[in-house]
Amino acid sequence: MFKSHGLSVFAVVIAAFLSLPIIVIVSYLVQADGVLWRHLYETVLSDYLINSLLLLLGVGTGVLLLGVPTAWLTSMCSFPGRRWLSWALLLPLAMPAYIIAYTYTGLLDFAGPVQTWFRDLTGLSYGEYWFFEIRSLGGAIVMMSLVLYPYVYLMARAAFLEQSVSSIEVGCSLGYSRWRAMWSLALPMARPAIIAGLSLALMETLADYGTVQYFGVSTFTTGIFRTFYGYGDTAAAAQLAASLLAFVILLVMLERYSRRRAQYHSAAESRARADLIPLRGSKVGIAIVICLVPLMFGFIVPATQLLLLAVFEAKPLGWDFVGLAWNSFSLAFLAAIVAVTLAIILSYAKRSKPIKPVRTAIAMAGFGYALPGTIIAIGVLIPLAWMDHGLIALFESAGWDSPGLLLSGSLVALLFAYTVRFLAVALGSVQSGLEKIKPSLDHAGRSMGHSPLAILRKIHVPLMRSSILTAVLIVFVDVLKELPATLILRPFNFNTMAVRVYELASDERLADAAPAAIMIVLVGLIPVLMLHASIARRRPR
Amino acid sequence: MRSFNLISSLILSAVTASILVVTSVQASGEVNVYSARKEALIKPLLDQFSNTTGIKVNLITGKADALLKRLQVEGSATPADLFITVDAGRLHRAKEAGVLKPVFLPLLEKTIPKELRDNAGYWYGLTLRARPIIYAKDRVKPAELSTYEALAGAQWDGRLCLRSSQSVYNQSLVAATIDALGAKATQSWIEGMVKNLVKAPSGGDTDQLKAVSAGVCDVTITNTYYLARLINSSKKADQSVAAKLAVFWPNQSGSGVLGRGAHFNVSGAGFTKYGKNPKQAQALLEYLASESAQVWYADINNEYPVLKGVEISSALKSFGDYKMDPIDLEILGQNNRQAVQLMDRAGWK
Repeated sequence: MFKSHGLSVFAVVIAAFLSLPIIVIVSYLVQADGVLWRHLYETVLSDYLINSLLLLLGVGTGVLLLGVPTAWLTSMCSFPGRRWLSWALLLPLAMPAYIIAYTYTGLLDFAGPVQTWFRDLTGLSYGEYWFFEIRSLGGAIVMMSLVLYPYVYLMARAAFLEQSVSSIEVGCSLGYSRWRAMWSLALPMARPAIIAGLSLALMETLADYGTVQYFGVSTFTTGIFRTFYGYGDTAAAAQLAASLLAFVILLVMLERYSRRRAQYHSAAESRARADLIPLRGSKVGIAIVICLVPLMFGFIVPATQLLLLAVFEAKPLGWDFVGLAWNSFSLAFLAAIVAVTLAIILSYAKRSKPIKPVRTAIAMAGFGYALPGTIIAIGVLIPLAWMDHGLIALFESAGWDSPGLLLSGSLVALLFAYTVRFLAVALGSVQSGLEKIKPSLDHAGRSMGHSPLAILRKIHVPLMRSSILTAVLIVFVDVLKELPATLILRPFNFNTMAVRVYELASDERLADAAPAAIMIVLVGLIPVLMLHASIARRRPR
Repeated sequence: MRSFNLISSLILSAVTASILVVTSVQASGEVNVYSARKEALIKPLLDQFSNTTGIKVNLITGKADALLKRLQVEGSATPADLFITVDAGRLHRAKEAGVLKPVFLPLLEKTIPKELRDNAGYWYGLTLRARPIIYAKDRVKPAELSTYEALAGAQWDGRLCLRSSQSVYNQSLVAATIDALGAKATQSWIEGMVKNLVKAPSGGDTDQLKAVSAGVCDVTITNTYYLARLINSSKKADQSVAAKLAVFWPNQSGSGVLGRGAHFNVSGAGFTKYGKNPKQAQALLEYLASESAQVWYADINNEYPVLKGVEISSALKSFGDYKMDPIDLEILGQNNRQAVQLMDRAGWK
C-alpha cells in the first residue's frame, strides 16, 4: 500500500517538474498589457482564431481520412503489397511539415515546373487559368494532413492489431458481417487510440509555425511570433500562448466528457488474431490506391524532388554532416528514452491510483505538445537559468570558481525542452497501450504479492511492447524534426540537421538545404524500420 | 532488447561526454558569439579570424529576438561576448533591454560612417542592405516609378506583390516611413498598397522576385542581395528570372521627404554587458569591419560594405548608385512596434 502511495507522490513530483515551463508561461498572464491586447483584439485576433479553427478542422478531417482506412486495410485485410505498404505508410512521418511545404511550393507555384509547363503548353499566361493556390489555408491543410496522418495510422493500426479475435468473432457469430463488425465493434474499440493519434496531429498543427508562416496564413501561432518578434513583447506572446493552451485544455476536456465512463479493455491474453479478410477483384485495386495516395504525396513526390535538388543543384555535403547526423541522432534517441520512460512511470502511477492530484499533474505535463517550441524554450530557459544563478551563487560562496551555466547552457536544457514538448506523444501511445490491459491482471499480480513496479516490469511492459516502441519511434522522429527549441537552447558550436535545413531554407536556398533534409528523412527511417521489424516479429503471419 | 540497452548506454555516455565538452568553453583565447546571422554567412569569416589570430570562436546562431531573450535570462552569467544581428531595430532593442555595453573603438569610429553605428558605441554596423523597388522590365517603364509612396497609387492596382509584414525588413521599411511621413500618412500608404496587392503576401523576398518575373505582378520591394544572388546563380532558371527584373531606386529626387533616399538597413554587432572576453571580442569586431572581411561580404552575399572604397560585386555595380535615406537607424528600433501596429490595422498580413 505504501509503495503505491510512494509511486503517486513520485509521479506528481515528476509531472510538476515537467510542468514548470508551462507554469512559467501561464504566469505571464498576471502582467497583461491591456493596450496591446485591445489592439490585437481590434485588428488581427479574429483572423488568427478563425484560421486556426479552420486549420484544425481541415487537418483533423484529413488525418482521419488518410489514417484510419489505411490502418484498417493494412491490419485487417489481405491484398498484394499489404506488407510493405504497412511500413511504407509510416514514411511521411520522417518528413518535416515545413520541408514538404517548401518542396510542393517549388513544384506547384506559378513559377514552378508544373505551371510553367502548363503555360508553355496552352499559351495562356498567369491569371488566365485557374490553378490550386498552394500558398493558402487549403494548401497548409493538405501539407499538414500528408505528414501528420501517420500519428493516426500508427495508433489506429496498433489498436487494430492488439484487438482480440474474440470480440470480432462474437460479433460475427451474432450475425454481423465482417464490415459491420468493423464499423460497430473494431472502430469503437480503437477509438481511444484513434483519438490519441488525432489529438497528437491536432496539437502538432496548432504548434506549427514554419508551414503557415511560409504560406502566409495568419494563425494563432504566427500571431504569437508576430507579438514576440514584431512587438518584442515576450509577455504578450506568452499570454497568447496561454490562451492557446486554455483552448487545448477545453478540447481535451470535451473529449474526456464524451467518453465519460466507457471502458476499453480487451482480453489481453488473447494473442491469436482474426484471419485477415481476403480482398478480391476490384477491391484489391481500391485498397492499393487508398494506401498509395498518402504514401505517394506524403513521401515519394517530395522525397524525389529533394533528391533531385540534392543531386543536381546543391553544394556537395561536407564532412561536418557526420557530426550533424550524430548530434541529431543521439539527441533524438536520448530524448525518446527519457520521455518514454517518464511516460510509462506516469501512466502507470495514474493507473494504479487514479486519484485527482496524479491525474491533474499528468494532464498538465502533457500540454507542452500544443505549445510552439519557441514558447516552450522560453519556459525552459527561465527556470533553468534561475537554478543556474543559484548554483553559481552557491559555488562562489564556497570560494570556488563559477561553474557557468550548467543547466541552461548545456544539452540538459534541450533534453528538458524535448521532454516537455513531446511527453504527450509518449503518454498518448503508452496510455492507450495500458488501457487495453485488463485491470484484473494488476489485481492478480498484486494478490501474488508483487510490488507495483514489479507488476509494471513483468506484466505491463511486455504486454504493451508495441505501444512503447511506437512511443519511442514518434518521439525520436519528432525530436529529429524539432527546430525552434533546438535553435534557442542549443549550446555553442552545436548544430543539428534540422538547424542546418532551417538556416539554408530560411535564407531562401532550398536546393542547398535538400541534402540535410534528406538526411533527416534517412535517419528518421531507422526507427521506422526497427519498429516495423519488431511488430512483424511479434505477429507471425 | 539487450543490444538495444547496449546501444542506449553507449549513446548515453557519448552524449554525457559531449555535454561536458560543450560546457567548458570559457578558456583563454576564446570569444563567444550569439549570431542572428546564419552560420553559412558568418562561419567562413570566423574561421579565417581564428586562423590569423589563434583566437577560437564559439558560435550559436538563432533568431535575433530569441537570442536576445536568452541573453536577458542568462544575465550576468551569460557566456556571450558579442551579439550579431541583421537589423538595426534589433540592435536597438538589445541596447534598450540593457544587455549591451558601450565600447569606444577609435579604429571603427574612424572607418565606419557615423550614421551606421550607435552614437554611444553600443553597436557598430558591419554591412549595408538596401531595399529598393524591383520591377518587370517588359511591363514597367522606369518613368512610371518614383517613390515608395507612389506604389499606393491606383495605377498599381493588381500589379503589386509584397512579402508578409512578419518580415523584419518590411517592419523596418515602415518604421522608416513613419519617421518621414508620420503615422497617419504611413497608414494610408500601407492601405493603398494592400489594396493594390495581386495576392495575399506569402513566401520570402526571392518568391516576390519570382512572382514579378513570372508575370503574377509587375513590381515589388525586396533587398538587393536576393536579386544579385539570382543573377550570380549557376542555375539557368534563376538567371532567366533575374534577366526579366531591374532595380529602381525610389525617392532619389524631389524636395523634402520625397527625396529622402532609398530605404536601407544594416547588419551589425554589439558587445554584451557581461562578456568575459572583451579583448578577443574587440579583435573580432575589428576584423569583421576590416577590408578583407568587407570584401568577402560584398562578394559572397552581395551586401554593401560599410567601409568606404571597398570594391562591390559586379551584380551590385549593375544596380547603379543610389542615395540612401540618412535616417538615424535607432529610429527603426524605436518605431518598430508602431510599425507592426499600423500594418495590423491596415491589413498587411
